[in-house]
Amino acid sequence: MAERFDLIVLGSGPGGYVAAIRAAQLGMKAAVVEREALGGICLNWGCIPTKALLRSSEVHHLLQHAGDYGFEIGDITFDLARIVKRSRQVASQLSAGVKHLMKKNKITVVEGEGRLLGKGRLAVTRNDTTVELEAPHIIIATGARARTLPGLEPNGTSIITYREAMVPKTLPKRLLVVGSGAIGMEFASFYAQMGSKVTVVEALDRILPVEDEDISAFALKAFTRQGLKFHTAANLKRLSPEGTGVVAEIEAGGQSHRIEADQAILAVGIVGNVENIGLEALGVKVERSHIVVDEFSRTGVPGLYAIGDVTGPPWLAHKASHEGVVCVEKIAGVAGVHPLDTGNIPGCTYCLPQIASVGLTEAKARAAGHEVKVGRFPYLGNGKAIALGEPEGLVKTVFDAKTGALLGAHMIGAEVTEQIQGYAIARTLETTEAELMATVFPHPTLSETMHEAVLDAYGRAIHI
Amino acid sequence: MATQILMPALSPTMTEGTLTKWLVKEGDVIKAGDVIAEIETDKATMEVEAVDEGILSRILVPGGTENVAVNTPIGLITEEGEAASSAAAPAPKAVATPAAPQAAVAPAAPAASPAAVSAPPVSHGERVFATPLARRIARDKGLDLAQVQGSGPHGRIVKADVEAARPQAPAAAVPSGRTGAAVITPPVPSTPFAPGSAEFTAIPNDGMRRTVARRLSEAKATIPHYYLTVDCEIDNLLAMRKTLNEQVGGGTKISVNDMIVKALALALVKVPAANASWTDEAILRYAHADIAVAVAVEGGLITPIVRAAEVKGLATIAGETRDLAERARSRKLKPEEYQGGTFTVSNLGMFGVRQFAAVINPPHGGILAIGAGEQRPVVKNGALAVATVMTVTLSADHRVIDGAVGAGLLAAFKRLIEEPLTMLL
Repeated sequence: MAERFDLIVLGSGPGGYVAAIRAAQLGMKAAVVEREALGGICLNWGCIPTKALLRSSEVHHLLQHAGDYGFEIGDITFDLARIVKRSRQVASQLSAGVKHLMKKNKITVVEGEGRLLGKGRLAVTRNDTTVELEAPHIIIATGARARTLPGLEPNGTSIITYREAMVPKTLPKRLLVVGSGAIGMEFASFYAQMGSKVTVVEALDRILPVEDEDISAFALKAFTRQGLKFHTAANLKRLSPEGTGVVAEIEAGGQSHRIEADQAILAVGIVGNVENIGLEALGVKVERSHIVVDEFSRTGVPGLYAIGDVTGPPWLAHKASHEGVVCVEKIAGVAGVHPLDTGNIPGCTYCLPQIASVGLTEAKARAAGHEVKVGRFPYLGNGKAIALGEPEGLVKTVFDAKTGALLGAHMIGAEVTEQIQGYAIARTLETTEAELMATVFPHPTLSETMHEAVLDAYGRAIHI
Repeated sequence: MATQILMPALSPTMTEGTLTKWLVKEGDVIKAGDVIAEIETDKATMEVEAVDEGILSRILVPGGTENVAVNTPIGLITEEGEAASSAAAPAPKAVATPAAPQAAVAPAAPAASPAAVSAPPVSHGERVFATPLARRIARDKGLDLAQVQGSGPHGRIVKADVEAARPQAPAAAVPSGRTGAAVITPPVPSTPFAPGSAEFTAIPNDGMRRTVARRLSEAKATIPHYYLTVDCEIDNLLAMRKTLNEQVGGGTKISVNDMIVKALALALVKVPAANASWTDEAILRYAHADIAVAVAVEGGLITPIVRAAEVKGLATIAGETRDLAERARSRKLKPEEYQGGTFTVSNLGMFGVRQFAAVINPPHGGILAIGAGEQRPVVKNGALAVATVMTVTLSADHRVIDGAVGAGLLAAFKRLIEEPLTMLL
């Protein structure tokens, strides 16, 4: 006898558990199915534990520069095991928090592998025991995993993905990072700060290719100064284990390079978890490993929805959460539900220096036919940045010259990930340059650079 | 160096249009702001203004060409004194803009054009919620935000709403700022009633004309009008007026119309359901009867308001009405003197009109059309008699005033008019 719910969510990541909570708030009887730990990749193997690791590398960085602030410190040593342990503790603390939230909202958590049996029916298997659940609405929120390329299969020791890179037992002396997106650059930054010699290989012609070109260029300079090596527009011909390490052969700039490293991290994108959940039998459309959905996350099969990473880029936790809320509100018939505007989703990369952006890059704005006004302001012109000893940074704004719409904002430097929401709010509220100019930014803060970058787009920057 | 005139996009969705005709010839000197051509889409005809000045050295796309793609070069401008160069290597610069935006921005200019009639139907002084970006795009497109339905939180108007909305094309068709008496192109060639080859003089629409046209079209198109007609015997009223005017001596004489205003105001107090306006959220029932009196002025009409007419004496009403009408004719009314109001009186009796049905002046719930008072045969106690009879017709907004309510209002009005002493009760 199948247990009945109003809504079942397959997957308890930031998309799934948020969708379930919103459903409970709206009075639905909701269930979440999870095969591993509550909170999904984000809490357990993604956003959160990496931020814990990067905090350790930031502390390391500060200790190494303690002399700049007047401190005499002897040799700095660290225990990698304790750094990793702290990261794991943070993850488990938050996973326990999600468990509490489920309980508080009276959401049933069903542990096991979920599989659709048909419309509105789901089987959950755990240790050879299968239970059946029924609900008129089922949301697929199974997330995604690291992409592997043919001939580039991880072996778990010398060739690894984010999963192993998050729990290192030893620090590789030489590390090769394949891919310079957010995941690749965060690990490159962590390991480099902890002392590894890091080389990054990127197939496209610049690092952080989704970011604005000015930001990519600024980041390249900053990382190069820190000692990281980069090969852009590089074709990875071969990557194979050799002895205890790896050897890579790449072609870049018409030349062949042979790179030897102790370890290689693959960060070449992610693919959706669409297998073995019964999508095929229901005729759900899957394209390039992602479920095809409409603006309200509907799959085309009545009562079946998909949200988050499994539906495609941007692969961001906050996008998944927001989609979950919109999807559930639409199901519940909440008035005035609007689809998520992907142009208003900020993206953050927590390397050192941090990178954050929202909206269109200058190049994309121009390609979309906008006549643009561009503003730039360096951290060097900001008093707080100097006082903090963080003069490395840049804020760039892109406005539509005709309407004054903020098309995009791009930031690199200390704490930009905490600041980008200011521009995200501006975009969501559809402000123009006039309101941003009229906004009072407190002094002294790093956020003054955001104001100046707006003023600069109209030739009115004060401190430059 | 020749600059190209490009086929402009008159709306965000326009991809092509008909170049109806050129209003300048090759060799003509063009100044920025001159209307140089007319372009027609399926929705409207718009005039194209030059942005640059120079000589129209060549017309690349002749008038009457259909399906001209947006951004196609349609003509070349060269600077004065410069030889008309070939079409090769002209600067790819858009120098033509649809005239609409300029025209549409004009109403925002302070005191540029005297607005006619009363306040817009939905504003009522309420704030229109719109994002800053939506406001700016609306301004550039010449959209009245009050006419846009918001889809954002709490009905806030967002960018997508104003992008989807279309400017009111007819109002925008003629550029403002044209003060000369020059005969301009027919303003409405887009419509089926194009004037053809008949001779005519085009009188440029001023702000008042445009407002009258827009608001009354809107009223007739959106308000479900219905009409009730009743005859009122006014012999008693005329006798009372004569007596009163003999008393006032040299003061402002009381007109029949003043007494009608007073009677209507009192009738509205007796039937308060009729003293109301429609809004999407609620019916607004007014505490006072603010009676707007339609005054014909040169080039249009305006409706100054006698506020709280139900509590004012006839002498006060007469004095106020005369003052308002005089200043209306010289266009010296303040906006608060003609905006708002709860009901309208329109009187064409002095022209001998026996009966007519007027268009409701939003946001009013109704308008009372007054015909001429004339001697007519009436039947009294089974015998023919002669009485002075005035026919009045109520146009009512059925969303607010149901038929029985409208009839009740007319009955109350008729009683007050026929037994004017009851106005003292």
